[in-house]
Amino acid sequence: MNTAFADPDHAGPPDAGEEKARRKRDLDLLARASRAELEDLWNGLDDKPAHQRLRGPETGLVMVRGRIGGGGSPFNLGEATVSRASVRLADGAVGHAYRLGTDRRAAELAALIDALAQDAGRRAVIADRLLAPLAERLAAEAAARAAETAATKVDFFTMVRGED
Amino acid sequence: MYVAVKGGEKAIANAHRLLADRRRGDRSLPGLTIAQLIGQLGLAVDRVMAEASLYDQSLAALALKQARGDMIEAIFLLRAYRTTLPRFGASVPLETGRMQVERRVSATYKDLPGGQLLGPTFDYTHRLLDPDLLNETAEVEEPARRDGEAEAVMRVSDILDREGLIEPDGEMPEDHVPGDLTREPMEFPMPRDLRLQALARGDEGFLLALGYSTQRGYGRTHPFVGEIRMGLVEVEFEVPELGLTLSLGEIRITECQMVNQFKGSAKAPPQFTRGYGLVFGQSERKAMSMSLVDRALRTGEFGEDVVAPAQDEEFVISHCDNVQATGFVEHLKLPHYVDFQAELDLVRRMRARHKPAEETTEHEEAAE
Repeated sequence: MNTAFADPDHAGPPDAGEEKARRKRDLDLLARASRAELEDLWNGLDDKPAHQRLRGPETGLVMVRGRIGGGGSPFNLGEATVSRASVRLADGAVGHAYRLGTDRRAAELAALIDALAQDAGRRAVIADRLLAPLAERLAAEAAARAAETAATKVDFFTMVRGED
Repeated sequence: MYVAVKGGEKAIANAHRLLADRRRGDRSLPGLTIAQLIGQLGLAVDRVMAEASLYDQSLAALALKQARGDMIEAIFLLRAYRTTLPRFGASVPLETGRMQVERRVSATYKDLPGGQLLGPTFDYTHRLLDPDLLNETAEVEEPARRDGEAEAVMRVSDILDREGLIEPDGEMPEDHVPGDLTREPMEFPMPRDLRLQALARGDEGFLLALGYSTQRGYGRTHPFVGEIRMGLVEVEFEVPELGLTLSLGEIRITECQMVNQFKGSAKAPPQFTRGYGLVFGQSERKAMSMSLVDRALRTGEFGEDVVAPAQDEEFVISHCDNVQATGFVEHLKLPHYVDFQAELDLVRRMRARHKPAEETTEHEEAAE
């Protein structure tokens, strides 16, 4: 995950594979954005495009699977709530979003941002105002958790007792 | 026989109003917030999610608040809620090997890649009540940090697997579709994947007792904790409309790899066998109990005799669900007036035949 978030400003050639990879990186990040972060970006846009809802926003379940023994055949561990939305902008761009939890407004905002980000100019603004700081926040949180965990690592030492 | 009886609406409405009052308690104290429950009673929230089989911290905390802290009632509420939602599909199986580890210990290797990471554990505390916690505004130290390049946290099962000393991760036949006991009725014998689903949502206390019983000799499996790890894993989902596998966020889970005494045969050299536990949230006791019971239930695979309750698949799986169990136990308090009248009548007739008729007592007349 961390590597995927390393470079939100990535601007490759307009190749379909590159664009898909760009979109996945952005959507993975948007799934982790707080509602406030998404609202801030959306409210800060001075030309909000007209849009229509294609699906949702709606909340449902995803059955989370594990693997027997950690790496064997899949089994059903239990479900998680997921919210999703699909929107179409006036210019025809379609955006989708999925995220854990029941925040349908956040899913819809993420879908709108996904639709907007298909325009390279808009994408640059979104990366600058939302995705880059968000990736930075997530990386900092992960680093803090890792450092806090590392501080609880056991350093074994041996007591030498008696002569020779 | 069932006979419809009406009445009690007012009593029920007032009882629920009283329940709401008692739930709220002393009005001069601030009401609990959902954020407080998630932040400060996180392990209770985790248990509700695990046994409700639904990962959602906010909803689990809401259920806990609504249930006044009654875990099984909260689990019931969350189970009921999930039935109102459509299912979008199944995730890509979690990659616990890529977990962002917050705790990892092994009882089989002292020095192993990644080390022993204690994390936020109750282990090694002295279990003395802490009067500092009586003061809700007391300052708490920030956690210590150790920076540096994090070492990859390798699976203990992979270490043993290099020498072929341990059986591989469990594989079902190639065309096997993971069973789902929320969609199909249970049948016995049950494949291991379905058993694991049942155990993952099973009651912690019940599984703990069964796991303990195997240690005390009722179906002994000679277990070692190969590894326990707890931390965050990504939930990935294939989104057909995008042709992409998206990461929907992270969930916290606990995994236990139990290493059990070896088995061999004329064809295969001896190898350690395994039990597996995987649970939503931070719940080491449950993950360990699950792995003990998973191994105990694999008697058929290893040609072991079923001699103890923990090895009896139908017994364990049919009784591990606390919502089912509480439903059937608690239904006993609902009106059984007519059934009981029938029993009363029967016992009277039997007694009448047993002794001379003139001995009928005042008590029996009073009960009429």
